[in-house]
Amino acid sequence: MSINTVVAGSTAGMPESSDQDPTIKNMTINFGPQHPAAHGVLRMVMEMDGEVIERVDPHIGLLHRGTEKLIEYKTYMQAIPYFDRLDYVSPMCQEHAFVRAAEKLLGITPPERALYIRTLFDEITRILNHLLNVPAFAMDVGAMTPMLWAFEEREKLMEFYDAVCGARLHAAYYRVGGVHQDMPADLPEKILTWAEQFPKFMDDMESLLTENRIFKQRSVDIGVITQEEALAWGMTGPVLRASGVPWDLRRAQPYAMYERMDFEIPVGKSGDCYSRYLVRVEEMRQSLRIIHQCLEQMKEGPVLTDDAKIAPPRRGEMKRSMEALIHHFKLYTEGVHVPAGETYTAVEAPKGEFGVYLVADGTNKPYRCKIRAPGFAHLQAMDHVCRGHMLADSVAILGAFDIVFGEIDR
Amino acid sequence: MSATGDKAIDALQDLADYIESKFPNEIDERRIANDELSLVVPASSLVRLCKFLRDDANCLFKQCMDICGVDFPDREKRFEIVYNLLSMKHNLRLRLKVETDDEMPVPSVTGVWPSAGWWERETWDLYGVFFSDHPDLRRILTDYGFEGHPLRKDFPLTGFVEPRYDAEQRRVVYEPVRLTQEFRTFDFLSPWEGMTQDLPGDEKAGEGAGSQQGAPGAAGEGGKS
Repeated sequence: MSINTVVAGSTAGMPESSDQDPTIKNMTINFGPQHPAAHGVLRMVMEMDGEVIERVDPHIGLLHRGTEKLIEYKTYMQAIPYFDRLDYVSPMCQEHAFVRAAEKLLGITPPERALYIRTLFDEITRILNHLLNVPAFAMDVGAMTPMLWAFEEREKLMEFYDAVCGARLHAAYYRVGGVHQDMPADLPEKILTWAEQFPKFMDDMESLLTENRIFKQRSVDIGVITQEEALAWGMTGPVLRASGVPWDLRRAQPYAMYERMDFEIPVGKSGDCYSRYLVRVEEMRQSLRIIHQCLEQMKEGPVLTDDAKIAPPRRGEMKRSMEALIHHFKLYTEGVHVPAGETYTAVEAPKGEFGVYLVADGTNKPYRCKIRAPGFAHLQAMDHVCRGHMLADSVAILGAFDIVFGEIDR
Repeated sequence: MSATGDKAIDALQDLADYIESKFPNEIDERRIANDELSLVVPASSLVRLCKFLRDDANCLFKQCMDICGVDFPDREKRFEIVYNLLSMKHNLRLRLKVETDDEMPVPSVTGVWPSAGWWERETWDLYGVFFSDHPDLRRILTDYGFEGHPLRKDFPLTGFVEPRYDAEQRRVVYEPVRLTQEFRTFDFLSPWEGMTQDLPGDEKAGEGAGSQQGAPGAAGEGGKS
């Protein structure tokens, strides 16, 4: 990538220090806010010494939509779709964090099948996310083809989304007390067929990247983060694991059905951009294992809790029973009353720990819903990680951090 | 499920006892609810406590997962600053809370966890709580030149100004918010406690014949809009 494209934003003024050598000046440039390698609307004010970065000041908030404020004005069910729109490439994992928080306050556990479906779709979501991030990172450092290939696979996965909830991206499928509806009867078969051919795709994609000389030159030893740094900067997910910390909430604080799943947690050695890539690739293979196990172990059963005060009645029942009709009406207007209390509940989203700090006051609306986005912590360390790197490396570092602005700006 | 839950609560209980033994009279309140431990601490001992929590071998809360504010306008100190910490070594989570108002600054913990920097900026931006000793306390999420602190409960959902591109002036201009239709909040909260197992009036069954006067008045006041 040439410098000209990186400096696509307008160049701001130069520092006033004119008493130094007039031929050498530090230059301050704008990276973004509209830049294809910025993965959204990110403006970074960079102080450059030649082509070496001296300081980075990321300006975020250009996609701020006031999600947390809006949620305070919505019922618990109305709040769920907002979580799809945070990190819009891994929607269901984020819904999972919110419904788990609400379930914790309500003190209910969804039926087993619902938990299996959630586990299954969390992993589909993880593959969906990594299938965007890995090739996007590759494209940032110059490889075009993986993106085209991965989008085909993503399309297949989004069809599974479509099959259960009718939407390809913004699912709104998880509900407090379970999931909205059961999977279609033929879906497990379809997922299995897809899972058969997916390892082949992974091998193909890896053959383009893993031993690719250009890709390695752009990512090995770039943006190295040590264990201590990763912990201090609050990093989680693949970024933390690439630095050699074997920490995964699915294992450490298991939720849904992860306790019954047999999978491994890939851990990187060097903590550079390349090991972050490798961790993500291996995570996809592990997710595939979990998907297989979910489909094997899953049994027939209800997918939504039978507590009529929390979950709406099934459609058929509603047509015949007066009481069910009343419950339906009350749940879709007034909504669930969540008892007063507070909880910080986190899930292992594809990007890291996605947490929801939920404060309920006993009414039908959340009193406060703070969203802890993993990317927020990662981007914060941008200045620390980028210092001393070349300008073009900042793009690689950004790509390997897996930044999506929906969740950072909220 | 419950056996592991009890064990987790015991661990939190032990942790709370341990912290309290090291910081006597400095923990204002401790609460274990929903398998989570939260401690209310005074702002004056926050940084010392955080350093201890990070470095002590029995705590090792090396990660500060989240810092946020909560607004309770009715309280004397209206803001609660909430710190969610994680100890990977002991697999424990801990919540610290500091109470403050819009004038009293809270000491910054950026010296303990560098990750606190942006979360404190965010809290300053959205709630207007000032953090002392913060190296770079600018707004972070709201627009350049934004006024007010939007997550306060007294800040309206629609805000005060809206931006628009003005073709004549060839720049973005800010104008007071004009709503094309009236702002609608649907208050579906039932004035009767409709979602409980008891039906309205059930409580009178136990009281006997002595309290029959209250009934008509209570029913009449129901319509809250």
